[in-house]
Amino acid sequence: MASKVRVETTINGEPTEFLCEPRQSLLECLRDVLHLTGTKEGCNDGNCGACTVVMNGALVTSCLVLGPEAQGARIETVEGIAKGNQLHPLQQAFLEEAALQCGICTPGFLVASKMLLEKNAQPTEQEIRLWLANNLCRCTGYDKIIRAVQKAATQMAEVKA
Amino acid sequence: MATVFLPAMLRELAGGTTQVAATGATVAEVIADLERQFPGIQDRLTEGGELRSNLAVAIDGEVSPDGIREPVSEQSEVHFVLALSGG
Amino acid sequence: MSTYSVIGTRPIRHDGADKVTGRALYGADLQLAGLLHGAILRSPHAHARIIKIDTSKAAALPGVRAVVTADDLPDSGDRMVDLGEGETPLSFIRGNVLAKGKVLYRGHAVAGVAAVSAHVAEQAANLIQVEYEVLPCVLTAPSAMADGATLLHDNLMMKELGQNTGKPSNVSEHFRHLMGDPAAGFAQADVVVERVFDTATVHQGYIEPHNATALWNNDGRVQIWCSTQGSFVVRDATACVLDVPVSQVKVTPMEIGGGFGGKIPVYLEPVAALLSKKSGRPVKLLMSRRDVFEATGPTPGSHIRVKLGATKEGKLVAGEAYLAYEAGAYPGAMVGPGAMCVFAAYDIPNIVIDGYDVVVNKPSTAAYRAPGATNAAFATESVVDEIAEKLGVDPLELRLRNAAKEGTRRADGPKYPRVGCIEVLEAMKNSDHYKSPLTGPNQGRGVAIGFWFNVGLPSACTIAVNADGTVTLVEGSTDIGGTRTSIAMQAAEVLGLPAEKVQPTVVDTDSVGFTAVTGGSRTTFATGMAAHDAAQDVVRQMKERALKFWKMDAATPVEFAKGVFTAGDKSITWNELCTKQARTGGPVVGRASVNPRGVGGSFAGAIADVEVDPETGKVTVLRFTSVQDAGKAIHPSYVEGQMQGGSVQGIGWGLNEEYYMSPDGTMMNSSLLDYRMPTALDLPMIETIIVEVPNPGHPFGVRGVGEANIVPPPGALANAIYHAVGVRMNSLPMKPSAVMEAIWSK
Ligand code: FES
Ligand code: FES
Repeated sequence: MASKVRVETTINGEPTEFLCEPRQSLLECLRDVLHLTGTKEGCNDGNCGACTVVMNGALVTSCLVLGPEAQGARIETVEGIAKGNQLHPLQQAFLEEAALQCGICTPGFLVASKMLLEKNAQPTEQEIRLWLANNLCRCTGYDKIIRAVQKAATQMAEVKA
Repeated sequence: MATVFLPAMLRELAGGTTQVAATGATVAEVIADLERQFPGIQDRLTEGGELRSNLAVAIDGEVSPDGIREPVSEQSEVHFVLALSGG
Repeated sequence: MSTYSVIGTRPIRHDGADKVTGRALYGADLQLAGLLHGAILRSPHAHARIIKIDTSKAAALPGVRAVVTADDLPDSGDRMVDLGEGETPLSFIRGNVLAKGKVLYRGHAVAGVAAVSAHVAEQAANLIQVEYEVLPCVLTAPSAMADGATLLHDNLMMKELGQNTGKPSNVSEHFRHLMGDPAAGFAQADVVVERVFDTATVHQGYIEPHNATALWNNDGRVQIWCSTQGSFVVRDATACVLDVPVSQVKVTPMEIGGGFGGKIPVYLEPVAALLSKKSGRPVKLLMSRRDVFEATGPTPGSHIRVKLGATKEGKLVAGEAYLAYEAGAYPGAMVGPGAMCVFAAYDIPNIVIDGYDVVVNKPSTAAYRAPGATNAAFATESVVDEIAEKLGVDPLELRLRNAAKEGTRRADGPKYPRVGCIEVLEAMKNSDHYKSPLTGPNQGRGVAIGFWFNVGLPSACTIAVNADGTVTLVEGSTDIGGTRTSIAMQAAEVLGLPAEKVQPTVVDTDSVGFTAVTGGSRTTFATGMAAHDAAQDVVRQMKERALKFWKMDAATPVEFAKGVFTAGDKSITWNELCTKQARTGGPVVGRASVNPRGVGGSFAGAIADVEVDPETGKVTVLRFTSVQDAGKAIHPSYVEGQMQGGSVQGIGWGLNEEYYMSPDGTMMNSSLLDYRMPTALDLPMIETIIVEVPNPGHPFGVRGVGEANIVPPPGALANAIYHAVGVRMNSLPMKPSAVMEAIWSK
């Protein structure tokens, strides 16, 4: 068995250390080592987006990142989206708009949508579709997901105004 | 007498007939009457005293969960149909 | 019309917070002390004899704790078993779990390994040496049916019209539905159209791969945690495969990341259990995406011929259909329901339908949303469109003239009860979409309709009343798309409570009565009915408690309305009475179990506008409307969600998705990059129109809405493509290369 590597990272704002085998993906490290199982695996080859996390300010599919690459990185996962007991407007909008059915794709969509709204506070439908094209959902047909992102954008703008 | 619609696959047992009249107050009794008229048919419809598991019985268009115990009236239409589950 | 206070509203789902925070636990998320991780060795060949399996090197790898093969399963002999899909040889069920003697498709499980980590297990699986004698393979229904075709099973005898022929064949069954006199019917017809269609194997495509964790405890009890549409089905199937009593198996359904019919069969559960038995530790098995494609149950590819005849007045007078469906490695291709649905939307007096269930060297197929119906409707709806064109009639008008209604006899026999086919067609005709013009060149509009049954089947449920006025509802239907809420809402309506005050929980097989699968569009209908009945049981008991509390005669009539119990001049609120349970006889628990009759089928329709790029053949969906009869929409948002999701799966099936097979039986596109399911960028918004023709067989009028919506889209798209560029597409998927070829050969 390969010997383990020590990785120091920041996850959802908390300094975190873990040991992993060099061949383990960041997705495996999050799920199996750190038990942050909110990040999901749908394909393990970068094509479904269920494992989407933010790494140093960029969206990555964590199944395509190796654990040791997280050394020194800032990682954000679905577990960090709510502030304490307060759901993020996106989470609230996903619930109100019924933007999830089975929910397995939801963590990836939330992480990706949050980044979208940080970069573009008032995206058009087409901009949302393009941004979320890396995330597959087989249950909803995307309609209600798009509406939820639009609703959250509107609400966040109102709060700011 | 109830009217029993024979599925295409059982018609050869009944000389090609599609509908037959049968007496009985329950599906089980109707099947027993069918067996008297067309020997061999009971075996094709039931197994171990119950409807074959791939079959269901519909009385007047409604699939019965009670199978051979389902009551049948004089005016009933009785169909033996494929049991379904779905996705 | 009665007015409801909860039914028809849109409360937030009870499991919502867990699912948007990442806290909901799906099967792969389960962690247990001492957990081992497993891997499955799968066949690289589509058809081969297994000469020898040598597991010694794998077993010797450090970190490996157990290795199993089919030899670890009990001997099946000739036993037949029934797991709810009819009598099946047990050897087929066990054989699909771990191959014995022969592998029948690429990806067929051959051996399982448990080790301290998934990587070690995978490494060990690759050290297992299997000697194969490769055999020729058959990959399509027509080739498997041809004379002299290689046979998959020597013990599969063809059944011809219900009779065992005793002849080994790849055709497990040929059946026929015959109604009226088709030859005479066609003789009356002024227009006859006959076309041949092929549809590719497609996959349900749920985003969560299959997973199973098992612990074979020292007391002989087997515990399983998995992702399934039916925990009791897993319990029964696993017990059967392992040859242990059902009472020894407990299945805990974890949250499920999509199923669509594909998460009904067992694949991993018995293997995980065997590995646990051998290692004495809990074992978790996860499928990769490639495993999901290659080794679970996709939906059948099919070869279909449909012939329809109509008079010049536009009355369909005769229909003929030939349906050959690929079952995959073991019989059971869902051609039965396909045949029941092929003409189900129409009132046609003379019909003959021949169905063939054909085994081929592809994974054993499973249900996929309205199984069998989508293939068939693609064919029928294309032919109906062609007849409408030949007669110069609007395609919806032609359908309306022939629409199935109450009393219409289906070719498989029964007459319809009250159904909503006409209402769906009228809603399509009156929709903003159908009335709006197309806006540019190479655009076309297509319509199609489809039918799918609902099933009843058993469900059980209990409701316990809490002192604070809330209730807990315990049920056994795994929740794939918000059914906790649609079930809880039905109890809430009866109890006069808001939906949030009913807390639903989906429990394991030891904790609730037998409940059949979440499938067949039955959950909101049947488990909803159980919840309704259990809530009525609660009300009945609460009335007794009120009388006891008032010290009144037990026979006194009590009213319950708007949260208040009244008898004569006495009244007490629900909330207050809830606090008196201990003093009036202890906790109130309502229960119900049902195996309902009164299932109402559901019709759906689709309107699709497309633009076809004449240079590339690419089809862009510009606008799409899904219409469906929901009977009564309990939670309209989740009804719309079903319609949108089913529509988009139908769009993927129609335009892109297929198992692209090499001649040696390898799926060449077994990743989500190459098996191209629709992304957000490929689609417009999916408009929905919910039609409500209440089902008289359900207390609130519910019809299941999970399935019928996938049936029309491929036909609607084919018709839209025709009206855009003048080519009739006769095979699925209608991918750019196929559209180009059709344009070139015009
Ligand atoms: S699991 Fe990483 S993209 Fe699918
Ligand atoms: S909600 Fe099931 S995959 Fe998106």
